[in-house]
Amino acid sequence: MTSTAAVTSSQALWFASRGTGVVCLLLLTASFVLGIVTTMRVETRGWPRFILAAMHRNVSLLILIFLAVHIVTTVVDAFAPIHYLDAIIPFQSPYRTVWLGLGTVACDLLIALTITSLIRVRLGYSVWRAVHWLAYACWPIALVHGLGTGSDAQASWMTWLVVASLAMVLVAAGWRITATPASQNRVRWGAAAALVIVPVVMLWWARTGPLQPGWSHSFRKSPTTSTVPQATGTR
Amino acid sequence: MKYRIVVDPIGCVGHRICADLFPERITLDDWGYPIIDPKPITPNLLEHARRAIDGCPTLALRLEKIATERSRK
Amino acid sequence: MTSQSGAERQSRAVEDRANQASDAPSSGRRLFALVDGVGATALETHRGHYAEPPVPSRARPKLIDAIERSGLRGRGGAGFPTGVKMQAVASRRRQPVVVVNGTEGEPISRKDATLLQLQPHLVLDGAALAAAAVGANAVFICIERTQQHSIDAVSIALAERFRAEPNGVAMALKPTPPRYVAGEETALVHWLNGGEAKPTRTPPRPFEKGVGGHPTLIDNVETLAHVTQIVQYGPSWFRSIGTASEPGTALMTLSGAINRPAVYEAPVGARLGALLERAGTPHGIGAVLVGGYFGSWLDARTAGQARMSNEFLRPLGGGLGCGAVAVLPSQCCGVLESARVMRWMADESAGQCGPCVNGLDAIAATMRNVAAGRAGLDALATLERWAGQVDGRGACRFPDGAIRFLRSAMAVFAEDFRDHARGHPCLHVRAPRVLPIPTIEAGWR
Repeated sequence: MTSTAAVTSSQALWFASRGTGVVCLLLLTASFVLGIVTTMRVETRGWPRFILAAMHRNVSLLILIFLAVHIVTTVVDAFAPIHYLDAIIPFQSPYRTVWLGLGTVACDLLIALTITSLIRVRLGYSVWRAVHWLAYACWPIALVHGLGTGSDAQASWMTWLVVASLAMVLVAAGWRITATPASQNRVRWGAAAALVIVPVVMLWWARTGPLQPGWSHSFRKSPTTSTVPQATGTR
Repeated sequence: MKYRIVVDPIGCVGHRICADLFPERITLDDWGYPIIDPKPITPNLLEHARRAIDGCPTLALRLEKIATERSRK
Repeated sequence: MTSQSGAERQSRAVEDRANQASDAPSSGRRLFALVDGVGATALETHRGHYAEPPVPSRARPKLIDAIERSGLRGRGGAGFPTGVKMQAVASRRRQPVVVVNGTEGEPISRKDATLLQLQPHLVLDGAALAAAAVGANAVFICIERTQQHSIDAVSIALAERFRAEPNGVAMALKPTPPRYVAGEETALVHWLNGGEAKPTRTPPRPFEKGVGGHPTLIDNVETLAHVTQIVQYGPSWFRSIGTASEPGTALMTLSGAINRPAVYEAPVGARLGALLERAGTPHGIGAVLVGGYFGSWLDARTAGQARMSNEFLRPLGGGLGCGAVAVLPSQCCGVLESARVMRWMADESAGQCGPCVNGLDAIAATMRNVAAGRAGLDALATLERWAGQVDGRGACRFPDGAIRFLRSAMAVFAEDFRDHARGHPCLHVRAPRVLPIPTIEAGWR
């Protein structure tokens, strides 16, 4: 193996890892919105309910595939000391412990959501539904992971993707809250409050954290940086 | 073994997906709730029935064996 | 073996007591036989006629057998054989619980309240005997919390029993939310278990898994009063009156356009015409509602020949139900009366099943328009379609009863419905209203 080949394959892994991460975020957004569309009983002649429900399911399954690639490429890439175990057990990795850990949490949530959905009929509606509420937590956690590990957080295309996704999710969630029965007023107001507070905190955090210059460098303490090939530039 | 489909009327909230997936046995009333044809489900329709059951967002449908069911009091 | 001989002894005791029973009521006045004096409610007076129920231990098959042989059927409305129900509860593995159903959500029935107030010990003895029969060690007495007189009477009776017969089965009075469907047996169980008094999905039925997960025997208060008399006077005495398939007497609440609205006791199968004569019908008979609001209308002619039994009434689409009978005078609008009742029914829905919530509400709104003469003939076809779409599609039988009422109204008042729909309401829409519409209480707990 020549050093160029090593550089190229490492670069490929690196791009694959970043790319699949972004795709996961977009698919998560799509799944989130489709899930709410399903709950809100949207349907048109061309888009019957069962098609939309199937799309929600298929998009969700697709996330797992991209997530698998995202994890494998991240682990195989020698740049960061990340192990397969870090994909399951959160907050264990010395590399960007918190931000990577949040990704792990989101991953675990996704696995729980998927498994419970696949055995839904056997599980019973109330259990499945209780677990499925976690979907609302999964999206923001995944986003914070994406920004926090932050290789692309400062890229303008990334900013636009995040803003667009956030807007879609907020609209969908707000729409969902309107359908809460009046008998669950407390739930309704709690959800509405979360809908305002969570994005505000996230924006504030993004401005002070990942969007500040040098955010991604602030984690660097690992000696493995010596192996960084020049071509990859800042990470 | 013969089956028919039964609906849990409390669990059903009228998502109407089942009638799209299994029109051979499920139609909708004027309010969008499923009216189940109690006729046994022929083997060629069983797959459709299962799809309707899996597709119900509130899991309000299930298959019930007819042959082994004793007359209820 | 020992338990069998014990059971035989009990059975013999039942028969012996029956043979000794020289004071067994010989007329059609049985449950109310002792009601003439004010003292009938006192335990001391009561014990002069009825033996103290045995202390509950294991199930007593012979006691159940006696009830089965009597042919007693539940008097809460469904008319299910009481002995069979006891057998089902007693055959479960866990120790059963007995629930006395004294909820009387039916607006034109007063028989349960009357019985509880005049003869509480007859009912409580029945509950104790039912507990002894199935081997239950706890009895819950459910009465709507708005029924203050009944609650007072039962509280006093319970205190009397606790003082005089401290070894009797434990009984607790439970004042229930005053909603119609709260008296449905799964709703009652759900409420006793700490939930809302709304029907639940079945299975499990209460006899399988009821209060606290125990097999639960739920019987109407009148049914239990009959149990006391069957044990005291014997199954054959019980069968000596009434019909072969539905023996015994039944309490019937007569109301509406009659001289003497009251609770009447008559043998099952008695002629409705004779009952109405007893009650006096000074304003003529337009139609008769039999079996309560969830029963069915009979036209005056049919009512005159009708007999008060399920055997007779079921082929006509009705039933004995809780035995309530309301007489509509001839100068009265059956369409309007039915529309008012239907609105109440729709509002009494527990709101759990789509066809019941939406269907009954739509039907009530349309009936109101029909009654007001602004619906058009199409409305009648719509009502019939909706009747088909609601019937049998709830978790409980509530919507079915409402549809039975609707269908019988549309059959008995067919001409009036057509006239109203065409925009020619009858002349009686301004006549005084006859059927009472209760206000609906809030709260399901």
